[in-house]
Amino acid sequence: MANTVNLKIDGIDVSVEAGKTVLDAAKELNIHIPTLCHHEDLCVAGNCRVCVVEQEGVKNLVASCAMPAQEGMVIHTNTHKVRNARKHVVELLLSEHNADCTKCYKNTKCELQDLASEMVISEPMFMDLVPEKNYTIDNFSPSIIKDDSKCIRCQRCVRTCHELQHVSALGVAYKGNEMKISTFFENPMYDVVCTNCGQCVIRCPTGALIEKTYLDEVWDAIYDPNKHVIVQTAPATRIALGEDLGMEAGSIVTGKMAASLRRLGFDSVLDTDFSADLTIMEEGTELLTRLKRALVDKDPTVKVPMFTSCSPGWIKFIEHMYPEYLDNLSTCKSPQQMFGALAKTYYAEKRGIDPSTIVSVSIMPCTAKKFEAARPEMRDSGFQDVDYGITTRELAVMIKQAGIDFGSIPDEKFDSIMGKSTGAAVIFGATGGVMEAALRTAYEIVTGREVPFENLNITAVRGMEGVREASVKIENVLPAWSFLEGVELKTAVAHGLTNAHQIMDAIKKGEANYHFVEVMGCPGGCVGGGGQPIPTTPEIRQKRTDAIYREDEGMEIRKSHENPEVQQIYKEFLGEPLGHKSHELLHTHYTKRKRV
Amino acid sequence: MPDKKLKRVDLIFSDDCNCKDVLAAGLKKSNEEILKEILDSGLRGRGGAGFPTGLKWKFTSQEASEEKYVVCNADEGEPGTFKDREILTRVPMKVFGGMAICGKVIGAKHGYVYLRGEYQFLRADLEKVLEEFHANIKAEGFDFQIHILMGSGAYICGEESALFESMEGKRGEPRNKPPYPTIAGFRSKPTVINNVETLVYAFMITRIGADKFQELGTADSRGSKVFSISGDTPIAGIYELELGMSLEDFVEEFGDGDTKAVQVGGASGFCVPRKKFKDTIIGFEGVPTGGSMMLFNSSRSMYNVLKNYVQFFEEESCGQCTPCRVGCQQLIKGIEAVKKGEKSITYLNTLQKLADTMKVTSKCGLGQSVANSFSSIVDNFKEEMIY
Repeated sequence: MANTVNLKIDGIDVSVEAGKTVLDAAKELNIHIPTLCHHEDLCVAGNCRVCVVEQEGVKNLVASCAMPAQEGMVIHTNTHKVRNARKHVVELLLSEHNADCTKCYKNTKCELQDLASEMVISEPMFMDLVPEKNYTIDNFSPSIIKDDSKCIRCQRCVRTCHELQHVSALGVAYKGNEMKISTFFENPMYDVVCTNCGQCVIRCPTGALIEKTYLDEVWDAIYDPNKHVIVQTAPATRIALGEDLGMEAGSIVTGKMAASLRRLGFDSVLDTDFSADLTIMEEGTELLTRLKRALVDKDPTVKVPMFTSCSPGWIKFIEHMYPEYLDNLSTCKSPQQMFGALAKTYYAEKRGIDPSTIVSVSIMPCTAKKFEAARPEMRDSGFQDVDYGITTRELAVMIKQAGIDFGSIPDEKFDSIMGKSTGAAVIFGATGGVMEAALRTAYEIVTGREVPFENLNITAVRGMEGVREASVKIENVLPAWSFLEGVELKTAVAHGLTNAHQIMDAIKKGEANYHFVEVMGCPGGCVGGGGQPIPTTPEIRQKRTDAIYREDEGMEIRKSHENPEVQQIYKEFLGEPLGHKSHELLHTHYTKRKRV
Repeated sequence: MPDKKLKRVDLIFSDDCNCKDVLAAGLKKSNEEILKEILDSGLRGRGGAGFPTGLKWKFTSQEASEEKYVVCNADEGEPGTFKDREILTRVPMKVFGGMAICGKVIGAKHGYVYLRGEYQFLRADLEKVLEEFHANIKAEGFDFQIHILMGSGAYICGEESALFESMEGKRGEPRNKPPYPTIAGFRSKPTVINNVETLVYAFMITRIGADKFQELGTADSRGSKVFSISGDTPIAGIYELELGMSLEDFVEEFGDGDTKAVQVGGASGFCVPRKKFKDTIIGFEGVPTGGSMMLFNSSRSMYNVLKNYVQFFEEESCGQCTPCRVGCQQLIKGIEAVKKGEKSITYLNTLQKLADTMKVTSKCGLGQSVANSFSSIVDNFKEEMIY
C-alpha cells in the first residue's frame, strides 16, 4: 500500500498510515511513551521533550510526538540514553515547579506527578528554581485560577485557547528563563477576552489552571440550619460524573447523582433539565415571534437569525468579538439562570420559604457558569439568583469527602417542584441538542403535529462536525401560523468557539443565511464542558454524547411542552411564554465588552 | 594534522568584478549548470551549520510548488560575529545577486532579507542598492523581487524556522523538523534560506567557477571564509581566510602573544585551550565556525567567560522547550554554586550530563549547542570553575 509506512519500534515491525507520528505508531503496538505537551485535540507542539526516543542513525534523540513515522525507521523507546534524558527533563520541570503536591487541587490527578512517580524521583537532581521566580497566582476570576508556580509551559492551554476557541486570551510572553503563559498585558483573566469556558482547565496537565472552587461555601451552607439549600444539576453532569468516581465514560448516573446529593444534605434536589424545558418554551416562542415580525410585519428592528443563549462561554465570546450581533441573541437566560430566578420566587412562594434563606447551588459541566452566576444581570429575584455554581468535578470531590460509595448507592429521583424533565431537556447537554429540542416543540406548536423524524430523533443536527446545517420544511400549518406555510426553516449548529467564529464570519459576510443558530462554547457541547471530568478526548466526548441520547430515548416524555411541571408553572405563575412575568425573571440583555 | 597554512583571500570584498555583468552572465546559465557549479564547488553554509549549499538549492528546486522563496539570513546575532554587517555594507549587490541566482535555480519570484533588528541603520542604504538591483534584473528580463524584513532583536530568530515564524508575524519560536525549509519554509512553502556570506560565495562561484573555489580549503571545507576576530588581539577585525588552517597558525597571526584560549564559533561554539591549538583545524573536519573567533589571554577568567555565555543562552532561549529553558538556568545556578562552594566539585559532572541531555533533547540548535561551550570550557578549565 502506497499510503503506509513500515518501521520498527523496539524490535517489533509496525505499519502505519503515512502522516502518523512515531508516537502514534508506538500506540499501535501498545508501547507507552510518556507525554506532557501532547494532546489529542491539539496541534503538535513538541516542546516538553519528555517523549523523546532514539532513532537509529540519528545523533540526537527525536520527539516521538512530532516526528513523522518514516519508511525503514528503527526506533528504540527504552534505552539508557532515552531513560536518562526523560528523567532529566522531568527533573528540570520539577525544579521550576511548585511541587507542594499535598496542597494542590490536582494532587493525584496531575500528569507531572504521575511521571515523577513513575520515574521514582526522590532527591531532586537539580537545584530548586522556584524561590527566585516570583510566580503569581491570578485568582480574581470567578471561574478560573491561574497559578504560574504550577505551570510547566507545555502550552496546551495556549493552543486550546487559540485553536479550539479562537479566543487567544492566553499566550506566551517573554523568553528564556522568564518565558511564561500570560494574558494581554498580563492583565488578570477576568479583565481579558477569556470566556471562562475552562477548556484550558481540562487540558492543563498540572494544577496551573483550575476552576475556582466553592466547596467550603457549599458545605457551610449545607451545615447551616438556617439555610434552605437547593441544588440543580445540568443535563451533561449525569452522564459524566461517574468518570470521576471510578466508572466508565458514558455511564448514566442520574439516579445515583440524585441520591448522592440528597445524602450530602441538600434540602431539595432539583433539576436544571426542568428549566431547560422551560427555556424551550420561551425560546421556541421567541423564535416564532421573531419570524412573524420579520416575515409578516416586515419589522426592520427584529434580528434574524436568532442565536441560542444557553452557553455562557458563547455569550461572553459574542460580547467581546461580535457585539454588533447581541440583538440576535435570544433574550432567554440560560437554564441555570432561569432556574435560579424561579428558585427564589416561584419555588420560595410554593414552598413557603423566605427567599433570603435560600442558598441556590448548581452542578454544572462548566466553569463559565460560575461567572454567569455572578453576573449583575442575574439578580432578578431580588437576590443573586444562583449563589454557587460548582463543576461536575467538584461534586465528585464532595461525594468522596462524604464517604459515599457511588458505585453501590441506589438510584433515587429528583424532588418536586422543578425536578421534572423530558428527553428534550437532557439533550441540551450535547451539541445540537437545544436545536433538536426547540424543533420538537416549535414544529408541533406551528403544525399541531410531531416533527417528521423517526422516533423524534433529528439526526441532521446531531454529530461532531464543527458546523452543521439542517433545514425543516414547514407545511400544513395551523391557521394561526399561516405565515409560516411552506417556509424552509434554516438552522445551523456550531460547537467550540472556533466553529462559532467561523459561522459568525460567514453570517457577517452574507455567505450564510439562517433563521436559528445554536452555538455551544465547548467542543461537543456541554458533554465536553470545562467543568467535566478530566481527561477529555474525542472518544470520551462521543461516549458521553451517546449516553445523552440513550437517556433521551429512555425518558417517558421527550418534548418540552409536555413537561407537566412546565405546564403547571405557566398555569400557576408565569401565565404564558414571553408573558410579563417571564420577561421579568427569565429574559435579559447582554452588553458589549472590549475586544482585548 | 593541518596541512594548510594561514592564507588571506580576497573573494568576498574584491571589487574586480562588475556585479551587474556577473549577474547577467549567471542568469544566462542553465539551472543545471549553476546547480552543478555550486554542488561541485563543495560550498557549505557559512552561518555555522555547514549544510551543503548546492543540496539545499537542489532539494528546493525539485519541489513542485508555484510559490517558493529565497531568504537571506542576515540576523547576525552570534556573540563575536560582525562579518555579515560588513558584507552588507560593502558588497550588498553581491548578496542580492546570489539571491537572484538562487531564485532562478529554484523557481522563486520573491526573496527576503531578514535583517537583524540592530542593523536598522543599514536599511536605507540597502534599499537604495535594491532599487538599482531591481533595475538590473528587470533589464535582464528576470522576474524577481527582494524585500527587506526587520528582526526585533531576538537571537533565536537567527534559527531558520524561528526566523520564518518571525517573518510571518508570529512569535519567534523554532518549529519541529521535519519538515525542513526546502519542503516547508516561509509560509510553509519550499524555501532556500542561506546566510549572507553563503549567498555571496555562491554568486562568486558563478563567476570564478567551481574549480577555482575548490582549489582553496580542504576536502571537507572548501573555499575561504570571512572571520570576525575579536578579544585579546591587537588587530581585531574582519578577515577572509582560506579554510583548513591550524588554530596555532591563526593565533600566531592574530594573538597577542599570551593567548590561553580561543572560542571558535561564538557562544554556541567550542573553546580550544592553548595545548590543543596545534592539532585543531579550523573547518568542518575540526572546529567549525560561523565566523566568530574570540581570543582570550591569561588575564581572563574562563569561569566568567562561561557564565557570560550561559547567561546569554538563558536569556535568548525562546523558552518553549524544557531542556533549553530550564537547563540553561540550572547550568548557571550550578556553576555559581560550585564556585561558591555550596555544591561539591562532583556537581560539575551532573551539570556536564545535563549539558549532554540538552544537546540530544533540545528542539533546536540553540539548546543543542549550549553543551559545546559548556563542556569545552568546563573540561579544559576545570580548576578555574572551582577556585
